[in-house]
Amino acid sequence: MSAAPPILIIGIGNPSRGDDALGPLLIERLQTLQLPGVELLTDFQLQVEYALDLQDRLQVIFVDASVNTQPPFTFTPVYATEDDSFSSHALSPGAVLHAYRKLLGAPPASAVLAIRGEAFELGESLSDTAARNLEAAIEWLSHSLGEALGQARDLQPIAWAKVAEADQNAA
Amino acid sequence: MNNLETAAHPETLRRVAIEPITRVEGHGKVTLLLDEDDHVLRVRLHIVEFRGFEEVIRGRPYWEIPVMVQRLCGICPVSHHLAASKALDQIVGADKLTPTAEKLRRLMHYGQILQSHALHFFHLSSPDLLFGFSSEVAKRNIVGVAAAYPDVARQGILLRKYGQEVIRHTAGKRVHGTGSVPGGVNKNLSLAERDELLKDIYQIIGWCRAAVQIARQLFEQNLAEYNAFGRFDAHSLSLIRADGAMDLYHGGLRASEAGLPGAGKTIFDHVDYNHYWEQISEEVKSWTYMKFPFLRALGPEHGWYRVGPLARVTQCDFIPTPLAEKERQQFLAFDAGSAAGSTLGYHWARMIEMLHAAEVIKELLHDTDLQGNDLVTTGERQERGVGIIEAPRGTLIHHYRVDEHDQVIRANLIVSTTHNNQAMNEAVRQVARQYIDGRKLTEGLLNHIEVAVRAFDPCLSCATHALGKMPLQVELLAADGERIDLLTRGACDAEPSCC
Repeated sequence: MSAAPPILIIGIGNPSRGDDALGPLLIERLQTLQLPGVELLTDFQLQVEYALDLQDRLQVIFVDASVNTQPPFTFTPVYATEDDSFSSHALSPGAVLHAYRKLLGAPPASAVLAIRGEAFELGESLSDTAARNLEAAIEWLSHSLGEALGQARDLQPIAWAKVAEADQNAA
Repeated sequence: MNNLETAAHPETLRRVAIEPITRVEGHGKVTLLLDEDDHVLRVRLHIVEFRGFEEVIRGRPYWEIPVMVQRLCGICPVSHHLAASKALDQIVGADKLTPTAEKLRRLMHYGQILQSHALHFFHLSSPDLLFGFSSEVAKRNIVGVAAAYPDVARQGILLRKYGQEVIRHTAGKRVHGTGSVPGGVNKNLSLAERDELLKDIYQIIGWCRAAVQIARQLFEQNLAEYNAFGRFDAHSLSLIRADGAMDLYHGGLRASEAGLPGAGKTIFDHVDYNHYWEQISEEVKSWTYMKFPFLRALGPEHGWYRVGPLARVTQCDFIPTPLAEKERQQFLAFDAGSAAGSTLGYHWARMIEMLHAAEVIKELLHDTDLQGNDLVTTGERQERGVGIIEAPRGTLIHHYRVDEHDQVIRANLIVSTTHNNQAMNEAVRQVARQYIDGRKLTEGLLNHIEVAVRAFDPCLSCATHALGKMPLQVELLAADGERIDLLTRGACDAEPSCC
């Protein structure tokens, strides 16, 4: 069995609820880039079994729409947290990491890419503001993944992780 | 006895709201009206129903619908995918699917049953069941289970993961799959995919058998409480196979009268679901937007019923896989049949169904039809299609009309949780009588209400199509509306990813 790609990016959201589609749309765009060393997943919400997807990763990035984050997006580390989402149908990224820690040990370095959204009504399409925020997030993430992944086919995940960490510190 | 649905002079009573119900899929609210001596005078489970998704569907080309409806729910999208496909089979005139197509869909469906039941039992309900309904709230979650019962927690995760792998291989993707299409499926199961699933299926069956024993042991250890908890009599509704066997993918409609399993008579049987509205109607009540379905033959007052694992396990004549059938018989015989009529019997029945799902998956994986290439069939185009499936939570109805331009012009969905609306209200009222009446409210006591609701595994996201998360708040209000006390269980994250 082949080893898990070192980078896991999980887009969270419902494509039929307006700006909640930001996470899945970012994943769709990244899929077209066919990034080496990167696995892409998307789902409506996180559940506890996502802890298993985190195994053997160098870094995990959760991408989600947010009404609270600064526009256009923020990229912040996330740590194992025992929060109230454990009693819900949708776990927070921190809660997934906490489940990982309880079941499997120390979780991989993880971050949340929160993209600012405005409207989340059923059946609505992406708002203009969210579309602009999405483009900014994709541009930044592509840069952090090693500027031109087309040039750097042999992605060095450790170096990539450091780039991301540096950007995060700068922010 | 007061039925607790209405109360005289409600403006003079204290109001307690449990909002939202946690560990269910979506959001609901229970309100209790108490008098000055803490006696419960009115109890209502509120679910706001927007019915918005039918509007989103209208005007779309019909072939988009099986993929689109998966966005109704983040927890059982496959059920909507398949119910819509079954309805659209009729639109394209596919009266009978090819063996490969039908078996692929069945495999997908039983994978969904497995993963959904595992999630509910191990992660949403086991904290209550293993630690007790009034146990320390900080421990009463899956992390607490992982700490105290690591094997149980791990098996729960791996069972769910396995079910999702079944879905991934049959639907093409882990989520938002496209495997089922009007008239059939768009891929078969390759030998490599089959072998990957076969590799673990015997372990999965073993864990499912162990899970049934956990459910049984919980009843044995708490017999009096479990049998009485939220207990009420209700009619049952489910699909049934032509020979009376449990069939979660297809069949005719059967409804049975309330009473011990085998004692109640059948109200109707093997009814063609294409005219479901001749048997089932929906009542509207002024205090909630969610409808109350009932059996037309019995009327709204006496015709309400329950659906889901308890209804299916108790009213089928047999389960067509040996291990699950043996467990069904033991469940029905346990304590002279009392467990089979109790609200918490849902958990036991759910685990029997999970075992059945694992057995069906094993059987299908050994069927070479899954590697066939005859995937789609069509026939004479129709305007109307009805698809009914037994989703993890119960009977799920999709009904569409399509015009000559292939656009959906009418859609009606009745989801499992809506069928269980009155039954959930009854369970909550019983628990209020048993545990709340005359006592000072505590978080532990209020959790009993939530335990009753969770037994049904309601998917309020589907039932309400609602958006938004709120912290759990219990407000004690005086008659003049002044807040006397406030209990907050904690805020959810603010990310709006609720389905």
